[in-house]
Amino acid sequence: MSWNDKRPMSPHLQVYDLPLTAKLSILHRGTGAVLFVGVVLWVLLLAAAASGPQTWASVHSFLSSWFGKLILVGFTFSLYYHLCNGIRHLFWDMGKGFNLKDAEKAGIVVIVATLLLTLLTWLVAL
Amino acid sequence: MSASNDYRSPLAKVKGLGRSSDATRFFWVQKLTAIALIPLTLWLCYSIATLPELTYEVLIAWLKSPFNAVMASLFTVVSLKHGMIGMQVIFEDYIHTHSLRFGAILFTKLLSYFMMALGVYSILRLSLGN
Ligand code: HEM
Repeated sequence: MSWNDKRPMSPHLQVYDLPLTAKLSILHRGTGAVLFVGVVLWVLLLAAAASGPQTWASVHSFLSSWFGKLILVGFTFSLYYHLCNGIRHLFWDMGKGFNLKDAEKAGIVVIVATLLLTLLTWLVAL
Repeated sequence: MSASNDYRSPLAKVKGLGRSSDATRFFWVQKLTAIALIPLTLWLCYSIATLPELTYEVLIAWLKSPFNAVMASLFTVVSLKHGMIGMQVIFEDYIHTHSLRFGAILFTKLLSYFMMALGVYSILRLSLGN
């Protein structure tokens, strides 16, 4: 896109503090893209395991390292956020809760649920 | 665009510029896969989190159960289909050069279908092998 108009843009994304609903919306897209990469990696993990115990052993030791765990925590967070916010989207698609007040309230529920689910999962897993 | 000397009908102008009848189907598939992914992801997270240390033996034993093998395959195929459509929407929003957009979408689709096949094959091999 070419932008020839020299007048100031509004809202200017570098200075404008986006409302919560807008931030959550971007995060849905961001986590969606992260998850796509994650699912491709999940398949590669399965392929590594299918090619034999030695290959799996090296993958497993990488996943158990702090860096591997960091990636896994990132994916679980993304998955839970996208899941919870996806349910919020599905309610909107049914025409429910589509006003600013409810959208904001549900957004806060999504944040809290995401953090709780991520925490719970890692408490169980470790 | 100069509208004054364009004699084409409105329909002729929009033909080939985007999805028409496809849009509702895409919307529906995106919702259907999203709903299917709710139980699938909850199962996957619960299942993996409650497994002991994921050694090769533990992984095999897990996938030997037909239920687990089927759920893992479904998760793989459905999430790739859902993600494929999702990525297409993202590319359509941000990539404005026609050839780049087409290339990105084509690459994502081919990659997704390849990963579906590789994923299901790997699961079956782990589940049924020796
Ligand atoms: C856990 C269950 C999931 C639910 C309930 C869910 C729900 C949704 C919904 C409702 C949308 C459409 C949003 C809109 O209308 O703008 C969406 C978009 C998307 N999802 Fe999912 N999803 C889930 C899992 C996944 C997974 C595993 C992936 C990874 C492959 C993924 C990748 C995407 C992408 C890339 C988009 C497009 C984002 C956008 O257009 O901004 N989702 N999801």
